[in-house]
Amino acid sequence: MAATRIDCDIHPAVGGTRTTLLPYLSDHWKEQVVSRAIDGLDLNSYPPSMPLSGRADWRPADGRKPGSDLAMVQRGAFDQLGASHAICNVVYGAQAVFDPYMAADFCKAINDWIAAEWLARDTRLRASIVVPIQAPDLAVEEIERRAGDNRFVSVLVPSQNETLLGRRHYWPIYQAAEKYRLPIAIHAGSAYRGAPSSIGWPSYRYEYYLAEAQAFQAQTLSLIYEGVFGKYPGLTVVLMESGVSWLPAFMWRANKTWRGVRVEVPWVEREPAAIIRDHFRVTMQPFDAPMDATSVADIIDQIGSDKMFLFASDYPHWQFDGDDPVPPHLPDSLVRRMCEDNPLETFPRLKLDA
Amino acid sequence: MTRHIVARTSEIPAGGNKVFGLEGRDIVVFHVNGEFFALLNRCPHEGAPLEKAACVARLTSPEPGIYQRDRVGEMLRCPWHGWEFDIRNGQSWFDPTRFRIRSYPVAVESGAELQKGPYVAETFPVHIEDNYVIVEV
Repeated sequence: MAATRIDCDIHPAVGGTRTTLLPYLSDHWKEQVVSRAIDGLDLNSYPPSMPLSGRADWRPADGRKPGSDLAMVQRGAFDQLGASHAICNVVYGAQAVFDPYMAADFCKAINDWIAAEWLARDTRLRASIVVPIQAPDLAVEEIERRAGDNRFVSVLVPSQNETLLGRRHYWPIYQAAEKYRLPIAIHAGSAYRGAPSSIGWPSYRYEYYLAEAQAFQAQTLSLIYEGVFGKYPGLTVVLMESGVSWLPAFMWRANKTWRGVRVEVPWVEREPAAIIRDHFRVTMQPFDAPMDATSVADIIDQIGSDKMFLFASDYPHWQFDGDDPVPPHLPDSLVRRMCEDNPLETFPRLKLDA
Repeated sequence: MTRHIVARTSEIPAGGNKVFGLEGRDIVVFHVNGEFFALLNRCPHEGAPLEKAACVARLTSPEPGIYQRDRVGEMLRCPWHGWEFDIRNGQSWFDPTRFRIRSYPVAVESGAELQKGPYVAETFPVHIEDNYVIVEV
């Protein structure tokens, strides 16, 4: 096992707004969440009771949410799964509420909480900054607030929010992210502003989960076609819990289409797949590949860059059984890259000895 | 290489083109900004007739929302799938070395010069008072 193994996607859980976050809210929002009984803002994308939200052996025996107990997360992510460091991505509904000021205060509280109760208690942990993406100016304020703390290594946004992430509306966030060397981590999860499939509302939960790939594709194209990487050439985007194996066909088709329609977006001067290889990274749980070595080799070859892959367990989400989050049949050289080199390149603020 | 006298310059209107059968190939001659350009009349992608291509500007952009047009009319945009090619050398915009249209040298010469030889008019008489388009194949 590699000595350095940076898990780029684990999920500490907010126990509740009126409990976990209460000490970190401003006085106004303390009073509001108590008097208005605001709580339980778990995203519909990850209801805590759903099996995917927590593997059985990673659920606290007392019924609390999976990922809510630091000691248990330490045992799972570090002792059992062998990470040397791990990046905490708090997926909670703070980013989904409509009131931008409530969202901003809840996000700030989450970041204060994760700093005080997780990062301060285990130097192997890092975190993404949770931002109120629906209010870009407030999101920039939150990024500025954390910029001096290198334990925050990325900016977390849900894959499905109010509109496509390439829109100019969001550019101030990318300007700040580039300035402070923070990749934008797009994590699966919907604020349910619209139907999670582009056609409409699915009847079944797993339709939603598979439709997440559509959202990641749409976000990737939007960021490229709107010209974000020409404007902010230092920006990196990490697709988290996106699945990976859809990339080859998507990259090929994006190139093919761009050849004919690039006059719509003349600022896209290179093939989209080349931009993806340079600016996008993916966490490797789930990988969603067939179980045979040849297919895995083909997918890696077709994606065409060994820099894109990031080791991740997605703890405590139930993506795999056993003790090894690394998908089968990946070449050793790639596993070494995705555990250490790629995370360090992707998250430049992440210093191992900090 | 054989030089073919294909047309009087006045037969290909400015901004237009005309197709000629030369040595078993369809060759399209464009008249753009006072110059003539000859290319194989066939897109290297799926074979679309390039006589139907739009002659457009070369479009670049330093950043989103800024459209820089130069060499107006000197890019061909294929009528079928929109691939763009440089009318001067046939190179595609997206992959100039791998995808290109075969292009042919073109000259414009006066009837007076042509009558001195060694060129032979193809199918029509060469008049001393006219100018002619010559394509080398």
